[in-house]
Amino acid sequence: MADFNILIVEDSPTMRQLISFALKRIRGVRIVEAGDGVDGLKKVSAEKFDLIFTDINMPVMDGLKLISLVREDATHKGVPIVVITTEGAQEDRQRALALGANDYITKPIQPNRILEVAKQLLKIV
Amino acid sequence: MIDEESGYRGKAEEFLQAFKKGAEFTHDLLRENERLRYRVLELENSGAGTLSGSGGDQSQALLNRIKELEQEKQDILDRIRKVEDENEDFANRYIEIESENNNLANLYIASYQLHSTLDFKEVLQIIMEIVINLIGAEEFALLLLDEKTGDLRAVACEGLDRDDIPPIMLGSGLIGQTLQSGESYFAENIETYSRDLLSPMVCVPLKIKEHVIGVLAIYKLLIQKEEFAQVDYELFTLLAGHAATAIFGARLYSDSERRLSTIQGFIDLLTK
Repeated sequence: MADFNILIVEDSPTMRQLISFALKRIRGVRIVEAGDGVDGLKKVSAEKFDLIFTDINMPVMDGLKLISLVREDATHKGVPIVVITTEGAQEDRQRALALGANDYITKPIQPNRILEVAKQLLKIV
Repeated sequence: MIDEESGYRGKAEEFLQAFKKGAEFTHDLLRENERLRYRVLELENSGAGTLSGSGGDQSQALLNRIKELEQEKQDILDRIRKVEDENEDFANRYIEIESENNNLANLYIASYQLHSTLDFKEVLQIIMEIVINLIGAEEFALLLLDEKTGDLRAVACEGLDRDDIPPIMLGSGLIGQTLQSGESYFAENIETYSRDLLSPMVCVPLKIKEHVIGVLAIYKLLIQKEEFAQVDYELFTLLAGHAATAIFGARLYSDSERRLSTIQGFIDLLTK
């Protein structure tokens, strides 16, 4: 059994691979990938996650909708959520944080930034 | 009367005796004083001799030991300083290696994704993803050389309308010159650049060896992307080569698939 279960919700396979690559440096991590918000929500309903990374602009259901639905769910509302997006404007950041995101990372990203945020939210020293 | 006289004599003798005893006592005291003074002198002389003798050697030995310990202390302090310098050097090298590791991760993933498919549309999509997500461009176009007409045509765009980009002839404008020279172009000042579809801020030729098959033209970066980092130039270099081979391979594959399908159709006709 994994120590940390992490979900990546991102439509770009390149980004999913990059985020996954960064997170695999955490010992005992298990990574689950989803290609859009609906797929992500299905996976959240199916199992418990310790951390979720989500993009905002995605087909079918965007990341903001996913955040609000996860926060409304009594079982999963406590899971930390990190937004990774191209939207760098301050109002986009504020909106995501107001909906319940724990952190907001803008693209282009560096793997060490993802690792740093993940360790912080998973409380890994 | 006679009794009185003999009484006085007795008292005088008593006094004389007492005086004699006092004189003797005083004499004894003076003698003792003389003896003690001599003894004090003797002791003083012997004390001085002791200090300048074996006690002096001990003091010298202790002084030498202190000197040795001081030297050892200095050596240890020098070693601590050296170790601290080495630690700082290691910390700086660690940061450099971490940064290099991040850059290599980006390059590896970009290269891996580019060669993960032989589908032409997917290859174009992956190039777009790399330029958006790894480089941080908001508006850009991918132009490919049309072998029949000899001009460049936009095949994929982000943040722009593909129809707004006209066909570009070899050597015409910045894009045409990039196609001709095969050299990348970067605007000197990204901050002051204003969008011009014929003069992008970045032009990267897509090359297979010396043969240029297309150009990546970037017009605008994401709001949070203020300047290009070293890894961006490496990504551009990677795109110049790997994107070109991926596009070329995908085109060849789709051509061969189409031809195979045609041939298969003929075979089916002939054998039926």
